[in-house]
Amino acid sequence: MSNSDPTSFLNRCRRSRSFLIGGVMTGFLLLCAAISLFWTPGSAYDIVIPDRFLPPSAEHWLGTDQFGRDIVSMLMTGTQNSIAVAVVAVSIGLIIGVSLGLLAAAKRGWTEEFIMRISDFSFAFPAILSAIMITAILGPGGVNSILAIGLYNIPVFARLTRGSANAIWAREFVLAARAAGKGKFRITFEHILPNVLSIIIVQATILFAIAILAEAALSYLGLGTQPPHPSWGRMLNEAQSLIFLDPWQAVFPGLAIATAVFGLNLLGDGLRDVLDPRLSRKR
Amino acid sequence: MSIFIAKRLLTLIATLIGASMVIFLVMEILPGDPALVILGVEATDEMVAALTKELGLDRPAPERYWTWISGLLQGEMGTSYAYKVPVWELVEGALWITIPLAIMSIILSIILALIIGLYAAAHHNKAGDVALMGFSQLGISVPNFWLALLLILLFSIQLRWFPAGGFPGWNEGFFVCIVALLLPAISLATVVGAILARITRSSVLEVYREDYVRTARSKGLSQRATLWLHVLRNALIPVLTVTGIQFSALLTGTVVVENVFHIPGLGSLVLKAINNRDTIVVENVVLLLATMVIMTNFVVDILYAVVDPRLKAHDI
Repeated sequence: MSNSDPTSFLNRCRRSRSFLIGGVMTGFLLLCAAISLFWTPGSAYDIVIPDRFLPPSAEHWLGTDQFGRDIVSMLMTGTQNSIAVAVVAVSIGLIIGVSLGLLAAAKRGWTEEFIMRISDFSFAFPAILSAIMITAILGPGGVNSILAIGLYNIPVFARLTRGSANAIWAREFVLAARAAGKGKFRITFEHILPNVLSIIIVQATILFAIAILAEAALSYLGLGTQPPHPSWGRMLNEAQSLIFLDPWQAVFPGLAIATAVFGLNLLGDGLRDVLDPRLSRKR
Repeated sequence: MSIFIAKRLLTLIATLIGASMVIFLVMEILPGDPALVILGVEATDEMVAALTKELGLDRPAPERYWTWISGLLQGEMGTSYAYKVPVWELVEGALWITIPLAIMSIILSIILALIIGLYAAAHHNKAGDVALMGFSQLGISVPNFWLALLLILLFSIQLRWFPAGGFPGWNEGFFVCIVALLLPAISLATVVGAILARITRSSVLEVYREDYVRTARSKGLSQRATLWLHVLRNALIPVLTVTGIQFSALLTGTVVVENVFHIPGLGSLVLKAINNRDTIVVENVVLLLATMVIMTNFVVDILYAVVDPRLKAHDI
């Protein structure tokens, strides 16, 4: 790693404003999801028609929707959904993409060419487009949107990993390891992966934010998470038909998405400064 | 240069063929029989068999792929299952909305990016710069379809300046159509503009540090002349690349935003086709969108090599 001294690492954490603010916002997001697993102020599922369109009160902090469901509870439960989709989708991209990238850098030759051409070509299918195809086959649903976003993440990770891994393969310490008789597989895990890890973590944070945005867009279009599971995108979809009646409903779910994405983007920026100061852009 | 272009052209053709094959294969494993979907549940087996034959669905897959592609090369996309009209008619109408919308959005975002990026770079690390960069970080985080809803809330419902959605059609007059596309274009341009503004700012700042800029200043060129003659020309190269990358994001963004404003473009068409199980429309529109993304990347690659000749030496 570039710097393994723990005190200077902590110092960099403390000094990076993006890291601190982004970390707190992301922590809040995770906390909301965790709390909503066993407690929400009201019910995110129960339909109580007499309680529909209630204004904010002590009981319903942000009021209720057209079915009398508590909006704060729906937002909190929706956090679980966004995080779950993003975690799985990013993991798919991370595991497959990083493996392919490492393989391309280790093997070079036609393996590299093949992997890179395949990933070039999957860039022709942005997340929404592949999601449209996948839902056309499998029908709309949360799992399918995970699959679509995950597929889109694979080439992103593959390219990034291969690029940074190639740079490491050219370094003297790798040459020394080869001279010492270590195989390509061992070098990849002992020398290459630890050195490209920080840039992969930063990218994963950013793709996490993009996954949350993509999931919300798919659910908004009705291709993602299906009712009755609360999802931020779905809430915006329902709010749009009520925009004349209850405009506030169109505000909160979007605010939740924007806050989550903003926090993660800041965290990504901050992590770049913290994990690898050489990578941070000159300001 | 010509070797470079030839090589890129070959990659382009290979990518297009690959994309069409993936789309065909994906649609091929689609469960459900299009003939059954068209005829409905009451159809008899004979009716389904007859329609399957008529649609050519009983022929082997390679033959059908070839029919599709050779038809496409002659401008034939087949007939929509749901609307019983040529797919091209549906696509053509939608293209006349999606393409102007995408062009308007990209122009708006470039204008936005240049104003914000140049201002921020000129006031580097001052309050204006910090505030604008904070805003742009926020702009990147906002989902375009939510921004679209907020714009409808403010400009259509509160202020009543713009229609809340729909598209009058180009024969109703140029101006009303541009007005109808303005809010969708703004919601698409804000996010892309925010990204481009950050790129513009950092790349202008980087170029300002170059020796040739110091030389230009020391030989007596004014700040303004240096900016226009030396800085912008060089700073716009990364901006151009990112604009290309963002164009594909913008195209897929139109799929979502068109649905917010109920604008009958490609995005609305493909979503309706999915709900109608009109797979022939889905496969053609998806291929069309993928082709646009691939072509944009191709053009950006070529332009990039034209502006920065150092890069293509690498690639050959």
